Amino acid sequence: MIRADATAVAAAIRSGALRAVDHARTTLDAIDAANPGLNAYHEVFHEAALERAAAIDAMIAAGRDPGPLAGVCVAVKDNIATTLGQTTCSSRMLEGYRSPFEATVVTRLLGAGAVIVGKTNMDEFAMGSSSETCAWGVVRNPHDPTRTPGGSSGGSAAAMAAGLCDLSLGSDTGGSIRQPAAFCGIVGLKPTYGRISRWGLVAFGSSLDQIGPFAATVRDAALAYGVMAGVDPHDSTSAAIAVEDWQATPATDPRALRVGVPSQYLCNNDPAVTEALDRALALLRAAGATIVDIDLPMTDHGISTYYVIAPAEASSNLARFDGIRYGHRAAQRAGEGLEELYARSRSEGFGAEVQRRIMLGTYVLSSGYYDAYYDRALRIRRLIKQEFDTAFARCDVILGPTAPTAAFPIGGVTDPLQMYMNDVYTVNTNIAGIAGISLPGGTDRSSGHELPVGLQLQAPAFAENRLLRASELLERLLSA
Amino acid sequence: MAESPTSLSSKDVAHVARLARLHLDDATIESYRTQLASVLTHIARLGNVDTAGVDPMAHPLDTVNRLDDDEPGPVLSLDQVLMNAPAREGDFIAVPKVLGGDSA
Repeated sequence: MIRADATAVAAAIRSGALRAVDHARTTLDAIDAANPGLNAYHEVFHEAALERAAAIDAMIAAGRDPGPLAGVCVAVKDNIATTLGQTTCSSRMLEGYRSPFEATVVTRLLGAGAVIVGKTNMDEFAMGSSSETCAWGVVRNPHDPTRTPGGSSGGSAAAMAAGLCDLSLGSDTGGSIRQPAAFCGIVGLKPTYGRISRWGLVAFGSSLDQIGPFAATVRDAALAYGVMAGVDPHDSTSAAIAVEDWQATPATDPRALRVGVPSQYLCNNDPAVTEALDRALALLRAAGATIVDIDLPMTDHGISTYYVIAPAEASSNLARFDGIRYGHRAAQRAGEGLEELYARSRSEGFGAEVQRRIMLGTYVLSSGYYDAYYDRALRIRRLIKQEFDTAFARCDVILGPTAPTAAFPIGGVTDPLQMYMNDVYTVNTNIAGIAGISLPGGTDRSSGHELPVGLQLQAPAFAENRLLRASELLERLLSA
Repeated sequence: MAESPTSLSSKDVAHVARLARLHLDDATIESYRTQLASVLTHIARLGNVDTAGVDPMAHPLDTVNRLDDDEPGPVLSLDQVLMNAPAREGDFIAVPKVLGGDSA
């Protein structure tokens, strides 16, 4: 695999050692060569990217600094609004949709000198853990094209792992950045809920959704995070809490680090996953870190809680797709009323998994079931949050696997419930609204291919700098 | 695998589909009935958790109702607003007759 280095690319371009146009052309050539096999990108902005890169070069020639992402090639998940190209959420519902406005994260990346090279494929409306529900075809894992890259941000993860960009953007509602990062052997950061503006992110679960970066290294993820984080007047749920440069936080001294390991994260993992976690713990221990046994008994209720709250919010958010103002509209039939047109437009536009989640969400919110499902899930949500609060009184970060397995074969999981169980270690981060990251942690060779295994670190809300510094330490220990 | 909730009938699924404004044929209703029943059976385990005295948590942040200053900002043009409309007539989005249809 090609290892991108966004920090080094930006430094080389800012110093004049590398031309942004040449770098963009190299990246576009790599995309043209590899994308037909991977289907990571839905759209590639050849001309616009080269024009933008030329503008970056012109700024440098004129003595102006384009910013910390000067000439860095970024891939954007297709549920994040760009005025360039389409924003389809990999759904027939939004085929051809062109956003009249731009997501705040995209504006901020461009303001820092980034070059947007394309939009990436994903599970339809971010609902899935394998990128197989993408209306534009399945995305393939660069480590083994017969396997999924994970999901829902599978295109962004595959593009990053295959060297088809320097950074990419995902969104994470229940693990959709961290699980594909694990499956593709890269870094994926889900910041605290509210840390990064969701303005321009097509809503799935509004109390769970968060945008975050994929990168080759913790340093690169931190660079992208720093550019995007911070309050945005357009998103009233973005937190008005100051973002400090992560490098202002001292590097983690392992002897002062308390790493919590929940007993609930240790069962049901494939042997290679257990091995990766054991190795990380041994390295941390040898470096002087304190390993703390912690207890998160609500872990087992995370999936159930998530599959009440997320579909409930999705059923409400996706009600806007009615075929009237935008999106797919069914052909009109004589004598047919508006309601029938809504229903046919929605059933033609949405794929099976999206309709399944809308049905589930509508059911748990419907009269007679609201208290038994939705209200109860919201109470358990608080218990999950309290459990993390208690745990973080005894440790600085929580370590475990990102997923119980490495990447599974395309078509290998057909039961929806079994697919949902993939997110057992990631959903509670979103339910509690805290921060999480997946790092490459090992290799599963049991299939004959070398498949990456991911390790997840979690930290309290708004403790991203602590999370990034601890991740940097673990990354260094693992690569030594 | 635990048993499916016996209460979930095809009629229930059809009712939910109507609430969700989804147009499903009988075969799809039957397949969703099986799948939803399986997921709901799993979710029903939440009933074993003691939630007495626990307040519901709808949102991770404490912030509520942050208000903006009442000042006009940039807005989209009419053409931008209408550029994705499936059917347009002048400055309007065209829709079927709201009154007089079968289900209106």
